[in-house]
Amino acid sequence: MTGQRAARIRQALEAALAPATVAVVDDSARHAGHAGNPDGAGETHYTVHAVSPRFAGQGRVARQRLVHDALAAEFATGLHALTLKLETPEESGASAGARG
Amino acid sequence: MSNPVFERIQADITENPVVLYMKGTAMFPQCGFSARVVQILMHMGVKFKGVNVLEDPGIRDGIKQFTNWPTIPQLYVKGEFVGGCDIVTEMFQSGELETLLTEKGVEVKPAVS
Repeated sequence: MTGQRAARIRQALEAALAPATVAVVDDSARHAGHAGNPDGAGETHYTVHAVSPRFAGQGRVARQRLVHDALAAEFATGLHALTLKLETPEESGASAGARG
Repeated sequence: MSNPVFERIQADITENPVVLYMKGTAMFPQCGFSARVVQILMHMGVKFKGVNVLEDPGIRDGIKQFTNWPTIPQLYVKGEFVGGCDIVTEMFQSGELETLLTEKGVEVKPAVS
């Protein structure tokens, strides 16, 4: 089941980052019973891999802040954990086994 | 700025070279992301102060505002925010974390392999 939050995350990141690629994976079920998702039904835990030229010249903290800012509304409504892999197109091309 | 929670955070990160805001304790982490950062710091033989945000709702909300960062864990070195679990993991794997700690004068004693 693809949740609504995953779709909103994708839309928000596409609008904010103009990414070359963005992949959103819902990990919530793997965290059932953990903090933030006690009954396993929540849309709480996600992994995002985004490739965007906007990350160029930005450090790791600055890159994640761009994503956090774009997703502020989601954090305010129960998004609990976000695992982020954020690359420029150049870095993505250079890294072995780049995923889309 | 006279926010007592911010003042406590500022005092902690000023007085302690390495501070990890985390869920649970170093011995008993209550979250996989916090556990991973603890594991990395312990692997590197880095002494750190762990602050269990679950014990203190004021700090739990306050550290997110203080850092302008929405998630826990959060690692501070010499008063500077380094990052959360992803960033610490990436920096550990690339060797940047050891470089940063050494440059900041923090003792790193990796276990002999």
